[in-house]
Amino acid sequence: MSNINKAFEKGKAFIGFLTAGDPNLTTTKECIYAMEKAGADLIEIGIPFSDPIAEGVVIQSANLRALKANTSLNKIFKTVKEIRKNTQIPIVFLTYLNPVFNYGYENFFKTCKETGVDGIIFPDMPFEEKEEVKDIADKYDIDIISLIAPTSDNRIKMIAKNAKGYIYVVSSMGVTGIRNEITTDVDSIIKTIRTSTSIPCAVGFGINTPEQAKHFASISDGVIVGSAIVKIIEKYGQNSPEYVYNYVKEMKDSIR
Amino acid sequence: MSKTKFGNYGGQYIPEVLMNEIINLENAYEKYKNDEKFNKELNDLLKNYAGRPSLLYFAKNMTEDLGGAKIYLKREDLNHTGSHKINNVLGQALLAKYMGKKRIIAETGAGQHGVATATAAALLGLECEIFMGKEDTIRQALNVYRMELLGAKVNAVTSGTQTLKDAVNETMREWASRTEDTLYVLGSVMGPHPFPTIVRDFQSIISKEARKQILEAEGRLPSVVMACVGGGSNAMGMFYNFINDKEVKLIGCEAAGLGINTDKHAAAIAKGRMGIFHGMKSLFCQNENGQIMPVYSISAGLDYPGIGPEHAYLNETGRAKYVPITDDEAVEAFEYLSGKEGIIPAIESAHAVAYAKKLAPKMKKDEIIIICLSGRGDKDAASIAKYRGRIINE
Repeated sequence: MSNINKAFEKGKAFIGFLTAGDPNLTTTKECIYAMEKAGADLIEIGIPFSDPIAEGVVIQSANLRALKANTSLNKIFKTVKEIRKNTQIPIVFLTYLNPVFNYGYENFFKTCKETGVDGIIFPDMPFEEKEEVKDIADKYDIDIISLIAPTSDNRIKMIAKNAKGYIYVVSSMGVTGIRNEITTDVDSIIKTIRTSTSIPCAVGFGINTPEQAKHFASISDGVIVGSAIVKIIEKYGQNSPEYVYNYVKEMKDSIR
Repeated sequence: MSKTKFGNYGGQYIPEVLMNEIINLENAYEKYKNDEKFNKELNDLLKNYAGRPSLLYFAKNMTEDLGGAKIYLKREDLNHTGSHKINNVLGQALLAKYMGKKRIIAETGAGQHGVATATAAALLGLECEIFMGKEDTIRQALNVYRMELLGAKVNAVTSGTQTLKDAVNETMREWASRTEDTLYVLGSVMGPHPFPTIVRDFQSIISKEARKQILEAEGRLPSVVMACVGGGSNAMGMFYNFINDKEVKLIGCEAAGLGINTDKHAAAIAKGRMGIFHGMKSLFCQNENGQIMPVYSISAGLDYPGIGPEHAYLNETGRAKYVPITDDEAVEAFEYLSGKEGIIPAIESAHAVAYAKKLAPKMKKDEIIIICLSGRGDKDAASIAKYRGRIINE
């Protein structure tokens, strides 16, 4: 059984996202420990990319800061290896395809397995292009996390049937970022997913307040929060772990 | 071969949120591409609005001066809005209308595709928003004004390098946030399937006409057809109807900027590697970590880190050949064609003229070269003057 399942065993899951190497990898590591201590159940680590087309301005800027600090895949793997000495919290990478293609699929998934990465989200790899990495990911037992969007409609069942780990339910149109209001009928999307699979559904995109977290956790298995955490890291830099801790604790408490 | 790919290249590497809309576009295109009413309307626009067919002009002075192959110019510069971009834009904007869309959005580098899109939107009564790197809005302020005059809203993109690739990123982000009433009118043979095919089909009128025109003028096919390549839309248009004529050589001229051995170029075929970006698997200028590199060319229209997937395929199979042309060579060709034939070419097109200057003298007098003169050079006059040390106040 995948390590990812552990995240959903103790009630509603809180999934925290940050960009690796923003502002440096030591801070990334400290923030991950802080999130775990605050009650986070799974960590999504963003691999920085020069052109993150699915991200809003907050995470775009984090990508640029991380690249400016010379963050590379090799250094990120090294950091994960260090983290794994201290915690077994499920870890999922979020990365655009090109840095991975460039690294070599075989080499990448093999290193994921060796360092203890449990799953991968590719925002620019829809169902139709899954063959790109499917066999190699299966070979090393790494879950490819599928996304389902407000526009997925007739595609929901096809995606859900083949999903692994958890399903990332995108709450809003457009890109990542903090939103005051989320109008998508996430409830009915999840009900459709439930007709095809029982794997956990986590809702992300736009969620930043405890009220929003509470609402979406009540209709799903967990919430994913990215931009709000990255914004704290942007503001406090190396001093951010304690602020990240306070924020994640408040968010996790709201969904307990 | 997968229907979304050209050999190993192409595909649909885009966020899930756009997939249904891309499929919707693919279905609409399949439905209308052979539809009688759609084609009648499009052909009418191409003829009576864009001014097609464009001339195939025998460049007598250039031919005599170079002393080799006969040189013909396919005069896309004479189209309404001054370049080949209008061919594709009229097709896609009309398709948007048939799909019931109310709004079109597009990226632009120098502004040629933006102006063409704003023009089609004005004509067809569609709302229009253009995304343009902030750097480019400053360098090409006149084109920003032209787009606004045509009724488009121009958004200056401040992310990343603030140039063409960032404009594409931002247009994709905008499309992901609003697909219901909006179509992305992509400007080149790039992006996710079906864009490379749609844009190539709408641009293939260039070679359809040129093939007929050269047979009428000379009674035989050319030895070489050539065009400049950024994303590669005018080149795909120029190549397409000659691909099955094996005796016709196809040559694409990409931007070598200050030289392919410097870090200031935009030569995706000469210096790029296979990668996945902007919805497609193709060749890209990237660093050792797979980060997309900032690229450079004097020509804003060729200043793009990748190339359309069908070009990557034609390169791999050897059917087409691609050569790098530097800024210096392009500027010299810009001046040469102006003085020799009284035709001021776009600096993009001048890259193809530059290679013809090298190639023609080595060819026999009974051989023929057709160069796609993809656009006119008025837009470049001030920056070429500056390149030569002369400052012109607009």
